Order: sequence, then C-alpha cells, then structure tokens
Amino acid sequence: MSSASNHEIHVDNSLSGLILKHTEVPVQKCYQCGKCSAGCPVVNEMDYPPSLLLRMLQTGTPEMEEKVLRSYSIWLCLSCEQCISRCPMEIDIPKMMDYLRQVSYKKKMVNPKAKDIVRFHKAFLDSIKNTGRLYEIGLTLDFKLRSMNLMQDLTTAPSMIAKGKLGLFPEMIKGTKHMAKIFAKTTGLKSEDEK
Amino acid sequence: MKLGIYPGCSLTGSARDYNESVFAIAEACDIQLEQVPDWNCCGATAAHNMNKELSLALPARILAQAEKVGMTDIVIPCAACYSRLMVTQHELNNDPVLKNRVSEIIEMDFKGTTAILNVVQMIDKYVTPVLKDKIVKNFSHKVACYYGCLMVRPYKVLQYDQHEDPQGMDNVIRLLGGTAIDWGYKVECCGAGLTMSKTEIVGMLSGKIVKDATRRGAQAIIVACPMCHSNLDMRRPAINEYTKEKMDIPVLYITDAIGMALGIDEKKLGLQRHFVPVKMAEYIPPVPEPKKPKAKEPINNL
Repeated sequence: MSSASNHEIHVDNSLSGLILKHTEVPVQKCYQCGKCSAGCPVVNEMDYPPSLLLRMLQTGTPEMEEKVLRSYSIWLCLSCEQCISRCPMEIDIPKMMDYLRQVSYKKKMVNPKAKDIVRFHKAFLDSIKNTGRLYEIGLTLDFKLRSMNLMQDLTTAPSMIAKGKLGLFPEMIKGTKHMAKIFAKTTGLKSEDEK
Repeated sequence: MKLGIYPGCSLTGSARDYNESVFAIAEACDIQLEQVPDWNCCGATAAHNMNKELSLALPARILAQAEKVGMTDIVIPCAACYSRLMVTQHELNNDPVLKNRVSEIIEMDFKGTTAILNVVQMIDKYVTPVLKDKIVKNFSHKVACYYGCLMVRPYKVLQYDQHEDPQGMDNVIRLLGGTAIDWGYKVECCGAGLTMSKTEIVGMLSGKIVKDATRRGAQAIIVACPMCHSNLDMRRPAINEYTKEKMDIPVLYITDAIGMALGIDEKKLGLQRHFVPVKMAEYIPPVPEPKKPKAKEPINNL
C-alpha cells in the first residue's frame, strides 16, 4: 500500500527536480494515460513521445536524463499547447519543454536533427536584437547562410515581394538601445559567440 | 471610439493583407486604432524556446509602453503575439518576484493591468453590435473556421471560448449570412514556428487541415492568425506535395469576410495579396423540408 509520503514531490538534483524548481511543473504526477502523445501533432516525427519523456524523467537516472536532453522531441515540440489542455493532471508539458530546450542548448546537447531549428531561432533573435522588429528578408537570408539551405524558398520569396508581402528594408524602432540592454541583461551579452 | 493595437511584426510584412483588412473594417465601424508607441517584437517562439527571461521581457516592454501612455485596452490581431502577451501578463501577475526582476530588466514600471483582446473579441465587442445596419451583401459562402492553437490555448491563461470546439468565428460567419461547417481540424496545429526550418512537417500538418476542409465541402478556410494564414496559403506547394493533389481552397482572414460583407473594396482588404486566388461561388444552404406530422399508428391491443 502506498503511504502519503509516496505522493510528495521532492525538489532534488535530478532533472525532474530542477524542472520542478525552475518551472513548478510536477513531472512525478504523470501516470502515463498517454493523452498528450495521442493529441500531439508531431508525435510521429519524434524520437520519444511526450508521455515517454515524462516517464524517462521520472526514473531520475543519468542515462535517461541524458537521452531526454539529447532528444529530437524537445526541439520538434511546437508549443501548440494541446497536451496541457488535455492532461488530467494539468502537467504543463510545453513549459517543461521550454526548460529542457534551454538546458539542452546550454549544455551543448542539441540533437543533430534539430540544428536547423536552433539556427532559425538564433537568426530570429539576432534580427530583432538589432532593429527591435523582425526583418523578414534579413532573417531568411541569415537562416539560409547558417543552414546552407540556399535553394529553399527560392520561388516563394519573389512572389512575396511581388505581392507586397516582404518589406525590403528593416523597420528600426526608436528604442534600439533599450532593446540591446534587454538582450544584454537576459542573454549575458553573448549572442554572437555561439553561432 | 479609440482602441490600442499591437500589430506585431508579421502585420508589417508577410501579413500586410491582414493589417489592411483589420484597419479597413475598424474604419468602417468607426473604431480608431492607435498603435502602441514604439512597439517591439514579442520574441515569438524563438525567445521562449531559447531564453525564459527574454521571452518575458520583450512582451513586458510592449505592455509597459502601452501603460505609459494610458492605453488600457489593446487588440492583438496575431494569435501568436496575443498568446505571448497574455502568457507574460499572467505569469508576471502571479509571481511578484519575477515581476520585479522583469521590471528591472526593462527598466520600466510594469503594472500588468492592460485588457488584451484577440481579433474576434474585438469584433464581438465593437463590430457585431453595429454589423446589421452595415452589411450590404451577405457573405453567402460555406466555410471552415480554423482557430489553430494560440487563440484558444492554454485555456487557463486565455479563458477564451471552448478550447476543443470554439465558436467565436463561426458565430461571426453566421451573422454575415454565411454557413460555418463542423469539421475535425478546427484547433489542430498548422506547424507555425517550423515553417522555415522544417517545411515538410508544416506541409504535412497544414495539408491535413486543408484536405479535411476541402473534403467536407468548404469553399474557404477562415483564420485569425498570420502564421496560420501563411502556412495554409503560402505553403500550398508543400501542402500539395503532401496531399498528392492540387488543393485550391482559398484562405481568408475573418476580417476579410466581414469586409466583403460590408462591401469594402477587395484591394483595400488586401485580397490580391493572398497566394491562392479568392474565388468562391455563392452558397445557399438547402432549406430542410418541414417535418410531416406522423400518421397515428393503430393501437395494438394485444
């Protein structure tokens, strides 16, 4: 028989403990109903479905935790929020995914299949850091160079320009210095070094 | 009447058409939309995937800019921006320590008191009440209203509509004289943030949506998000590759449908900027036959 203490959730140094500490997401509460995986739009492309990631984290073993941080799943997650809206235990999986991505990136454990996704995010953030608003042509070119997907969207971009859907020049906000400060304070001034 | 607006980056570029139709219907209904002064990008998916503090600081600056000039209500037509600003305000209002930390980062006071509306909420509040007198031509089309993710989820934060079967846009379409169908992909994800980095996955996810709408006889898909629009409309080559057939169902913003019913010039609404040409035949729903009264059955006395 389970005692009450079995249901208490401890903050320890395991990855699930850190998730609880930093995001308040109680990984241990998952009882494997599988609703998150059933509703996930990209589950077929993932290496581990969301419910399995939770189970792996529950084991608390270093091997499993490493697999989670090196997984493709955490980067493929679209943050569409379907899982949390159907979870009977209200476990905020998208919030957990955000945290796992950040740890995986910091520890340089990004899955090789997810490199383009990370390149895109970095190109996006660099674009808004400099001008305050997204400069779509700049982002597209920057991403092409970073990912070497030079041929991608070669036909889409000219039609977008013809339809007036791409601004040719970046829009600068007045508060660009303010933006730079926000980026410096949150990213520690190190946005150029990890390209 | 005056209302604040946070357009977000898409509406100045790839979703200029959305911006045009939002402003066109606002003008027609005497709503003056005033932009949040010197607004910045909300950080979108990239920021919350990579850096938590940044993902809160960017939307907080936008809200603080609105607070500074006394803007109390703002409409956010982009569902992704709407979600980021709603989530930020919710998280910071529920965590005083984090709120202080973010105020410090942006070096601005942040009260967290702004009333944030998505585009359908703006329509419900300010457009619907005056709609009846302004409709010049019924929007007589059979359409599939597509809500996607971020307008309805996470429900706990947004508290908007039913998250599995929302009705907000369906109701607007009915008010315009149109028919909104029941279908299976109302709140499925189009692939959003992966549009550049994993285009084939977006082709698959958006393909399922476009295919279901087509199969059920919809003449157009109605959206309220620039990401959804660009994936369903501009990514049609990737979609067709997935579905193995050419889908030509157009994708309209809900504001386009209203504008068409109000008789606003199509160019003013930006319809010519959509990739899939907007062509729809008139649709008159069949009138159900009146039920005949049942003949009385002979009473069996056995």
